[in-house]
Amino acid sequence: MILELFFAYFAFAIIVLSIVVITRRNPVHSVLWMLLLFFHIASVYLFLNAEFMAAVQLIVYAGGIMVLFLFVVLLVHIKEEIKISKFIGAWSAGFTFAAALFVVVALSLRSFVVAPPGKYTIELIQQETHTKALGKLLYTEFLFPFEIAALILTVAIVGALVLAKRRLKS
Amino acid sequence: MTPDTFIKFGIDVLIIVIKIAVVLVIGLLHVAYATYFERKVIGHMQVRLGPMRVGPHGLLQPFADGIKLFFKEDLIPEKADKVVFYLAPVIFMASAMVNLAFIPFSHNFIIADINIGLLFIFAIAGIGVYGIFISGWASNSKYAFIGGLRSSAQVISYEIAMGFSLVGVMIMAGSLNLTEIVRAQENSIFGMYAIPQIVGFVIFVIAAVAETNRTPFDLPEAESELVAGYFVEYTGFRFALFFLGEYIAMFIMASLCTVCFLGGWTLPWYVLKVLPFLQHVPGIVWFLIKVYAFIFFYYWIRATVPRYRYDQLMSIGWKILIPVALANILVTGLVKILL
Repeated sequence: MILELFFAYFAFAIIVLSIVVITRRNPVHSVLWMLLLFFHIASVYLFLNAEFMAAVQLIVYAGGIMVLFLFVVLLVHIKEEIKISKFIGAWSAGFTFAAALFVVVALSLRSFVVAPPGKYTIELIQQETHTKALGKLLYTEFLFPFEIAALILTVAIVGALVLAKRRLKS
Repeated sequence: MTPDTFIKFGIDVLIIVIKIAVVLVIGLLHVAYATYFERKVIGHMQVRLGPMRVGPHGLLQPFADGIKLFFKEDLIPEKADKVVFYLAPVIFMASAMVNLAFIPFSHNFIIADINIGLLFIFAIAGIGVYGIFISGWASNSKYAFIGGLRSSAQVISYEIAMGFSLVGVMIMAGSLNLTEIVRAQENSIFGMYAIPQIVGFVIFVIAAVAETNRTPFDLPEAESELVAGYFVEYTGFRFALFFLGEYIAMFIMASLCTVCFLGGWTLPWYVLKVLPFLQHVPGIVWFLIKVYAFIFFYYWIRATVPRYRYDQLMSIGWKILIPVALANILVTGLVKILL
């Protein structure tokens, strides 16, 4: 009962905070609300016995990526807001597409199948600690996808560097 | 739930609250006297006496300073973003204080003994950057803004080097739990990881100084060019919150160094073999001695070393510390596999 109440709070707060983040006019305020949002997401991970994910969520997203966001936001003149003309004029068209997408997602939920329980039950994870279990799986069973993800990130970093350097030369 | 489990739960909560109160009070007293000893130590190093007026040898000076700060007028710049301006020192101070919960002070005294204590310290320390950053932005002043930008760039650069320097410790101990890291050191050949992990230790010490914005890496507060850096517009007790947060962060870094490299509350076995009577001394004494030594080191280099230039600071961090730390991880991992 208490666990459900906690989850209800976090689920509700995450939705409300996400809406608050995208409706702020001031980008710095948005970033600060998003920081609060990340804390709530990390708490949900903690409820799922995934303490490593919770810590990494805070380190990578809150401590790393959002700070870089903040740099960009601060160094760009927010007083002179960039005005971009809307892609689609009529809001009714956008609403129709959004509603249609929602219906498709809702329908696809019906074919949702619960995966067969694997080796790692909650008890086993608690006994072996989440960090160890995750590390073992990532570096044995899922080594190949893991390395591919690393390669993709490296390509992105090198790409960003090349683009920035080219801009500097011209 | 039966009433029995309720009572048990209540007692657990009470014990935690008492522990938190003890750590907070002792921590704040340490901060107060850290400022006093900083002025004394640097004074004597520069052939001065330091504070002498309030109480014998100026011993009551921290309280005089605290009371003075408490009664100062609270000023807010007219064009400041008020809510964010209020929030910034709170975020900074809170993120420093939360980390006190994860430090094992002795073999049976820790507020939250969690499996990934080391990772959580990094996570919370990362939040502290926001306090610095948004205080610089919300003040709406040039000096504060440049100080905030410099500081956050510096902190996130050196956070990487610091995290990498601790990976060697994680590999050797095989755990992220700070208590277990200390126990693993107790049972290792050298008794403390500062000897086999000397490379990581040196990187950690350099990064810890940069991370807390202390001399010689105190560019965010470079008074000759930036007045005081990101907190220049803060007055009275809001300024005191930044001040407290910085000193608590110093103590966190010193404790982290003690726990991860200097063996925490334990002594190496070879010392105990030579002087066996030392094992009757409570562990908290050794812990505090190691922490004080690290804090003294902070004062010492502040009195000795001149400030770096900003580009020098960045090239030390990115071109020397991070590659060396990565090499250290590789070597430590190879040795661990081969042995």
